[in-house]
Parts: sequence; C-alpha cells; structure tokens
Amino acid sequence: MFTLLLLACGAGESNVERGNREGVLHFGNGAEPQGLDPHVVTGVPENKIVRALFEGLAVKNPYTLEPEPGVAQSWEISDDGLTVTFHLNPEARWSNGDPVTAGDYVWSWRRALHPTMGNQNAYMLYPVNNAEAFATGKLEDFSKVGVKALDERTLQVTLKAPTPYFIQLMDHYSTFAVHRPTIERFGAATDRFTPWTRVENIVGNGPFVLKEWKLNRRIRVEKSTTYWDRDNVKLNGVVYYPTENTSTEERMFRVGQLHYTQTVPLDKMPVYRERGDSRYVNSPYLGTYYYLLNTGVAPLNDRRVRWALSLAADRQKLMDSVMYGVNVPAYSITPPNTLGYYPPKLIDHDVERARQLLAEAGFPNGEGWPGVDLVYNTHEAHRKIAVALQQMWKDALNIEVTLSNQEWKVYLNSVDNMDFQIARRGWIGDYVDANSFLDMFVCDGGNNSTGFCDAKYDEMILREAPRAKSREERYRIFHEAETRLMEQMPIIPIYTYTSNHLVHPSVKGLPPNLMDSLNLKYVWLDASAEAGP
Amino acid sequence: MHSESALTELQQAEPGSSLWRDAWQRLRQNKLAVFGLCLLTLFIVIALLTPWIAPYDYASQNLDLGASPPSAAHWLGTDVFGRDLLTQIMYGGRVSLAVGFIATSVALLIGVTWGAIAGFVGGRVDAVMMRMVDILYALPFMIFIVLLMVVFGRNLLLLFLAIGAVEWLTMARIMRGQVQTLRQQEFVEAAVSIGLSPGTIIRRHLVPNALGPIIVYTTLTIPSVMLLEAFLSFLGLGIQPPQTSWGLLISYGAETMEEYPWLLLFPGLALTLTLFSLNFLGDGLRDALDVRSARD
Amino acid sequence: MWRFVGIRLLQAIPVILAVITVTFFLVRVAPGGPFDGEKAVVPEVKAALEAQYRLDLPLWQQYTAYLGDLAQGDLGPSFKYPGRSVNELIASGLPITAELGFYALLIAVLIGGLAGVIASLKPNTAQDYIPMSAAMIGICMPSFLLGPILLLVFGIYLEWLPVSGWGDLPGDKILPAITLGSTYAAYVARLSRAGMLEVLSQDYIRTARAKGLPEWQVVVRHALRGGMMPVVAFLGPAFAGVLSGSFVVETIFGIPGLGRFYVQAAFNRDYTMILGTTVFLSTLIVLFNLLSDILAAWMNPRLRQQFSKG
Repeated sequence: MFTLLLLACGAGESNVERGNREGVLHFGNGAEPQGLDPHVVTGVPENKIVRALFEGLAVKNPYTLEPEPGVAQSWEISDDGLTVTFHLNPEARWSNGDPVTAGDYVWSWRRALHPTMGNQNAYMLYPVNNAEAFATGKLEDFSKVGVKALDERTLQVTLKAPTPYFIQLMDHYSTFAVHRPTIERFGAATDRFTPWTRVENIVGNGPFVLKEWKLNRRIRVEKSTTYWDRDNVKLNGVVYYPTENTSTEERMFRVGQLHYTQTVPLDKMPVYRERGDSRYVNSPYLGTYYYLLNTGVAPLNDRRVRWALSLAADRQKLMDSVMYGVNVPAYSITPPNTLGYYPPKLIDHDVERARQLLAEAGFPNGEGWPGVDLVYNTHEAHRKIAVALQQMWKDALNIEVTLSNQEWKVYLNSVDNMDFQIARRGWIGDYVDANSFLDMFVCDGGNNSTGFCDAKYDEMILREAPRAKSREERYRIFHEAETRLMEQMPIIPIYTYTSNHLVHPSVKGLPPNLMDSLNLKYVWLDASAEAGP
Repeated sequence: MHSESALTELQQAEPGSSLWRDAWQRLRQNKLAVFGLCLLTLFIVIALLTPWIAPYDYASQNLDLGASPPSAAHWLGTDVFGRDLLTQIMYGGRVSLAVGFIATSVALLIGVTWGAIAGFVGGRVDAVMMRMVDILYALPFMIFIVLLMVVFGRNLLLLFLAIGAVEWLTMARIMRGQVQTLRQQEFVEAAVSIGLSPGTIIRRHLVPNALGPIIVYTTLTIPSVMLLEAFLSFLGLGIQPPQTSWGLLISYGAETMEEYPWLLLFPGLALTLTLFSLNFLGDGLRDALDVRSARD
Repeated sequence: MWRFVGIRLLQAIPVILAVITVTFFLVRVAPGGPFDGEKAVVPEVKAALEAQYRLDLPLWQQYTAYLGDLAQGDLGPSFKYPGRSVNELIASGLPITAELGFYALLIAVLIGGLAGVIASLKPNTAQDYIPMSAAMIGICMPSFLLGPILLLVFGIYLEWLPVSGWGDLPGDKILPAITLGSTYAAYVARLSRAGMLEVLSQDYIRTARAKGLPEWQVVVRHALRGGMMPVVAFLGPAFAGVLSGSFVVETIFGIPGLGRFYVQAAFNRDYTMILGTTVFLSTLIVLFNLLSDILAAWMNPRLRQQFSKG
C-alpha cells in the first residue's frame, strides 16, 4: 500500500506545470457540455467551448467588451440603423480548409431559426427583420427574412428596428455559422441528434479544433492551423474539465490540476481574500439576484406591502455577513454602469418607513399578517440569503415569512405557473445593454413572472427606446421606464452578481470583465510568473 | 419500542418463564449496554425538554457575530448567522431522533412482517412478495420523493413514512432469509406439526429467533435514516429553515470543515454518540435475549 | 437448481416490465419538464423540441413506442445531451462505476468480514469492541464527509494522492474506493459479527468443538458458511446499490461514472435517461438478488438439499 502511495506522489509534475511547459491551459469549465452544436446548446459551459471551436462575425475584446473583427473584417451600419453590412475576411476558413462565405451565414441562420430546430436561443436573431415570424412558423419563405448574401464575402442584414447592441449578438453562439456539408453528411439540417459534433466529424471555424471528448472527464482542443488569425493565437491547446462540484474544483486548483476555476465555493472566498491572494479574482458581473413578488395574490397585491418588504431588507448587512462582502447590494433590476447606464435608486434600508407602509396596508406591527411563503431552489447561497432575510423581516416588521426550498425543476415549475408568493430569481444579461433586463417586464414577457403589467412601460421599452436618436435619449427613456417599474416594486432586488475565479499566476491575458467573457486568442501562459503555493 | 414488543412476544411465547427478568438481569450486567441506554435516555430527555432548557432562541441571529468558535457565551460556538450551535444541535436532535426512531419503526414493522410471511409461507406467495420488493428497489427513488411532495405537500409525518417506505426493503430480505433458515429447524417443524396457526408460529417462534440480525440491522438503519432525512430536506421534502436537524447541520458543516471545523465536529459528535449508544444497547439486547444461550 | 434459476429468470420479466411502466408514468407526472430552464422557452420552440422527442404524441403511444424501441435494445436519445443516445451514456459510465463498486465491495467484504469474524470470536471483550467501534465510525461517516476528509489529508496536506479523476493519474482510484467501501465495510462487519454469533451458538458447532477440532477449523470449516449468510443476503442489493448510489463519491472525486448520470437524469427530468438507467439497474437488481439467493442456498445445507431435490 505504501509503495503504491509513494509511487503515486512520485508522479511529480502537475497539470499546471506541464501545461505551462506545453502551452496548454487547464480550464475548470463548471459542467459537462450538453453538446457542441451552436444551434442546439444553451448555457455557460457550452458557450466557453463552442466559442473556441467556432467564431462569430464579430468577437468581444476581453478588456473593453467592444466588438472587434471576427469572421467579418469590417461592417457598416446604415444611417437609419436598419441595415448592417458585414465584409467577411477572405482568409476566414473552416477547419477542413473551405472558405467561410456569406452563404454559409444565410444557411446557418435559416437553420438557427428554423421552427423544427427547437433552438432555445433563436430569439437572439429576432432583431433581424421577419426572423421571429419565420422562427414561430408564421412565415414559411426564408427569403423574406432580412439576411442576404450579396456576394461570397458580403452579408447584408436588415433589422426590424434599430438595435444598438446587434453587433454584440454576433459573438453569441446562436448566431454562429456552421459547416453545411458536414451537417448534411449526417442528416437533415434541423436534426438535433446527428453525430456531426463528434471529434472525428466536427468542422468549425474557430481558433481551436476539437481533439478529444471524453464524457464527464475532459474535452481537449488544439490550436487550429486554418484559423485566419492563427498567428495571434498563443495557446497550443486547452483542456476543459467538467468541474460540477465547486469544492472538487477548488481542490483541483489547489493541487495544480487547474489553471482556472469557474467559481469559488462561497465559504472559501473570505479565506482567499484575507490571504491577499492574487489568485482570487472577484469582479462585477452583468447579473442581478432578486426576489419575484407575485403581485396577483394577497397580501403582495398591495404595493405598500411590497415596498415594506423591500425597505426592511438590510442588503448591505446581508452582503457583509453571510455573503462575505463578495457581492454588491442592488436597489434596482439593471446592474449599475451597464455600458454607462445607471439605474434609478428609489429605495434604501429604511425600517421606519417600512413599518409605516405595512401599518397603512393594514398590518400595524405585523398584526393580522396572513403569512407569506418564500420559494427558492436548493442551494447553499440561496438558503443563507433567505434565512437571513426571514429574520430581518421578523425583526423589523414582526411578520412571519416561511421558507420552502424546492428541487430545481419543481422550483422552475412553481415560478412558471405563478404558484408562489415570493420566489428567488437571478438574471444574467444576454448582452451588455439595459434592454436585456428591462424587456423582461413587458406585459407578456416570458420571464416577467410577477404579474407586473404597465402599458406605458411596454410602450417605452418596445417602441420609444429603439427609436431613440442618441444613447443619452435612449438611456433617459430606460431610466424613466425603470423608475416606473421600481415604483410598483414587483421584485425585490438583492444584489448585483460578481464573477469569482481562481486563476493561476502564470495565466496572462484573461482579464475579468462584465460579461465574464473569455477570448482565448488573448490568453497566454507565462511559466516564469509561477509563484510558490 | 421495537424491543419492548419483542419482549412481550417472548413473554407470551414461554408463559411463566422468567425470561424477561433474566434478560433484564443480563442486560444490566453488560456495562456498555447500560451506558448506551443511559446516554440514549439522556439525549431523549434533553430533546423533550429543549424548548425550556435551550440557552438561546434557535432562530434569532447575530449577523455581526457570524461564525465564531466556542466561547463562554456560546459553548459550542455559532454558525454563519451567529446562531448558537448548542441550541441548534438540541433542536436538531428533536427532529433527528424522531425521524430515526419513527421511520425505523415503520421500516421494521413492514419489513419484518413482509419478510416473515414471505419466508414462512414460501411458494408463490413468497415469489410474488419478493418480486414486489425487487420492483420497489428498482424505482427511481428521487422521482418518487418529488412526486410524494407534490401530491401530499410538505410535512414531517410524510417524511417519516417516505423514509420508512424505502428502508423496509432490505429489512424484508434479511428477515426472509432468517425465516427460511429457521423454518427447517426442529422446533418450528414441531410447532407446525402440533397445528399452531402460521401467525402464531411467526410471532412466537420465528420473529424472536431472528432477532439477532434484525436488531443489528435496525441499529444500522437508524443512522442512515438520520442522514437520509438531510437529503430529503434538500429535495424539499422534510424540514425547512430555520428548523434544522443533525443531518442538515452535518452536511452544512462538511462544506466548511476547513474554515469552521466546530460546525462539523459537534453535530457529528452528537450523531456519533447516539449511534454508539444504540449500537451498544442493540448488542446488549441481542445477547440478553438470545433464546439459545438462555437455555444454557 | 437450474429449474429454480429458470423460474426466477422468468419472474424477472414481469418485474422489469412493471418497473418500466411505473417509472414511465411516474416521471411524466413529476413537476417540471426536460426543457424547463432558468429562461422561459418560447412556446413554439418548446413545441418543436417536444416534436423532436415524440412528446407530442398521446402518452400511451409514447409508451408503446418506447417499449418497441426497447425491445430492439434502443433506449432512445438523451434529453440533456442531444446527439447522444442513452445506450452510449450508460456504456460510458458503467465500466467505471462497476470497477469502483467492485473495489469498494472487495474492501468491504475483506476488511468488514475480517473485523466481524474476529469480533464474534470473543464477544464483549476488547477484541470485539475495537473493530466494532471502528465499524460504527464507518457507518456514522457518510461519504460526503469521509471523502473530503480523506482528500484534505491525503490529497492536499500530504499530497500523496490525486484529488480527482479516475484512471487519469496514478493512484486516483484509491481514495474513492476506500470512501465508498467504508460504509459497506461497516455494514458487513456488523452483519457478519451477528451472523457468526448466531452460528457459533448452534448445536453443530458445539459438536464440532466437542470433537476437539481446533478453533480456527471450527470457524473456517463450519461456522463461516452459515455466519456469512446475512452478509450474502446484503451483498446482492448492495452491488446494485453501489451502481446507483455511487453518486456522492463520483461527484466528490470527479469520476465520470453511472451514478452521476442516474441521479442527474432525475434532476434534469431527462425522461429517456431516467428510464434507461432504471431499466438497466432493475435488471441488475433482479440478477444480483437472484445471485445472492443462490449463494444463500448454496451456503445453507438444508436449503441446498431442497434445491437439488426440486
């Protein structure tokens, strides 16, 4: 037994050391990806790998988040904001050597939007004229959809309304082009079940190519030899690990099995922070954690009760205590400084006003309070926040709020059916723009889930803001709309997310950013920067 | 409660014998068993009195204090909410002991009866009964629990039943195996030949003689039931915060064992002590009730 | 004997069919569907997805279609991993979990059995208390606790063994096998001690002793067979249990096994995957229960006679 143990520890070189020598990044990816088909998958772990194997028309600069050339060398937007013309890079190649053409995009977007495809992210292309009608089966003729190949290298897109964030969407995998001959070799264009994404079959156009895919074990990609910008790709490869369990991931990082972790276990964050450890990276993330209030049921149908609950929550204390100061208190739905936009702040911690409002609503000092139930899905952080808030409400307002943790799908079902009074919710922006948060709360918004409905609000979000002449005007409309929303308080904002990673000192060119967006082209490994443990 | 009923059975089985007294005498001589019994009684008494003797209110928090190691004010320290850990453990014990004993009794009752009947009657009845056990073994447990929750809502009684409904399967298999062995022994064959009814034979001869493995398995079931409760609570069945149990305290503690070891150590200790007591008591009971050694 | 096996195998068919049927309808009644996610899915998209998985057909048609596929050995496409079949997923996880389970039970029987037998020879002495207390600690210590503790000590502080993986780094199979095996070892120790005590007080053992056989011969040749009966009854379900219950250990150690698929399928409402793993496991449960019954019969001389007669 002991010889065995000794043998084991004699193996010596860790993943990180070997990776630094070979130029291979060992990346904790959070979970096993569902798949690698850009028009099928959803979710963050998939995104990280798909964006290594494929490239969009424009990509995000990881430092500024501004779009920069991807497959498209350049693009221009017409004065009315309705026509976008992309000029494709003549060097852009599929990994089998075929050129990437404008026709590939037309075919791919047809696939991405096709009603039988069942692409859950098809809505990313809805700003394109008639795209929504085609995706929902109301329009059968794809030629009426606003995407045209003017020639091999020129793609013209017509939008239904000016969409300032449209170029950003070109970095989302649902808008990526896929290789038509490969897909058709294995079945119909819209068949979800073909093996075209397997190692031996897949053809992509990204900076890396797939070399190994061991289910629930690892996915290994290597630098592509056909990628147009291959000279600027510094890594020789990346190995992605499905690190579902955050404690396991943290242990893997500690023993040098990983360069980078997807997250950090909540209770470990203060430890790393107190150590003043540069390995722990915490930075703002474009997401808000909040509670949904079902405005259709008593006592939450009373605006004063909703306000009272929100005012009585001491967010700062909550963040400082059970959240270890990792996240930032939120007072509205849009995260502050979303591309220069700041949300209104209508509330603060104000127990006096909360008590007064509750009394006005007919529950002085909690008398006659019918009790309210708060639903959250089973998770350590959700529990901590709910338990702390439960006691804050009890202390401040003398009211009982019961907690119900539910298994994930049961919880989703409850929210979906509005079968709750208060429910936990988190929202991560699809793109850096307040619209990604505010358009949730239009009357029939699929993710509204509060019963909030205001015709004026819908008018402002759906019609006025897109037509705004300038960024200032647009943000002013957003601000006004968001103020209307928060006056009704259909949600209790709790905190703005941060992204938390452990990053080995040898990893360079992987800056934190608001979208937690990774552009592998910029990443390199500097073995000399390796510090002792 | 189970052992008591078994004792009564034995008294009936051999009327006029001093078996009950003999068993008690033997049990009393077994120091470890007595220790186990005392400790267990102590825990149960504490659990019953908790609402009056707990040092703090179990829900009230002190967020500024947070997790703190044992001190004069908080003997066992506090959790991340600044809640007194001793109080948490005392209240958690109420839930865990109740779940442990009630769910195990349910499992015991169903499992022993089922296994005894199947083993004794044999033939088709045995085949059907044991295949039903196979079916229940194979069903996806989690889906079953989620459904239970949806159909019946959330309550503690349901939790006990759900756990009992799962844990009886192995018990039935063990009991059946024992009964099959015993059936061929002379005293059972004799009982059959003098025309005692199957129910009587099972009660008087089979159950008492199979007690050894059953008691042992019971002492094994109680801890696994206590831990299962935590899992069910995570699924949404069972108890909800701020209520707590030893199983939940241990699983929270396990998450932070490096940062706040006391949050794992003390609830773990409470569970371990209970199990040791149960184990010693179980062994003592088994030895004390051993019919064959009693005949010596 | 063969007749007994044949009858039991025949009985297995209705058992497995019942499991499939109950599970099929059970998962459909459970709240939440495979396509529910944090973001609401557009109704048209959801309908398209359902059509791709035949969920738009009436339930009974889905059921008969499933049985039809199953008869051809096709467990269908996974919902969670589009493009992968359930057969493929099970095939990828099974060998790993089976290997893990085998090591775990081997550890359990060797260590647990030995401890139990030793303890039973001198009941209520130190020779009894020490191994049994160790067993008790094994039971108290659930995998979610023992795993991280072992990892902290051997993986992180001592740096002797890897902290995750299976067959990737030398020695990475040691800690998971110990973690999974310890709980079972504790059970085996308790059960074998009890079984041995039961047997050692039987008349035939006394006869053997009276004949003047040395104690170890009495134990090995006469008592062990009967004494291990409860362990054998326990092992059948235990192996099936290991396959479905290795979830925690697989998660802690990052092992790509079947246990994770089995549990996550339920969390994901991956209908075909739940059914597939359940069908597969129920077959195993039936087989292993049968195996343990045969073993029990073989170890019990009287039952054995019955078998050879029947």
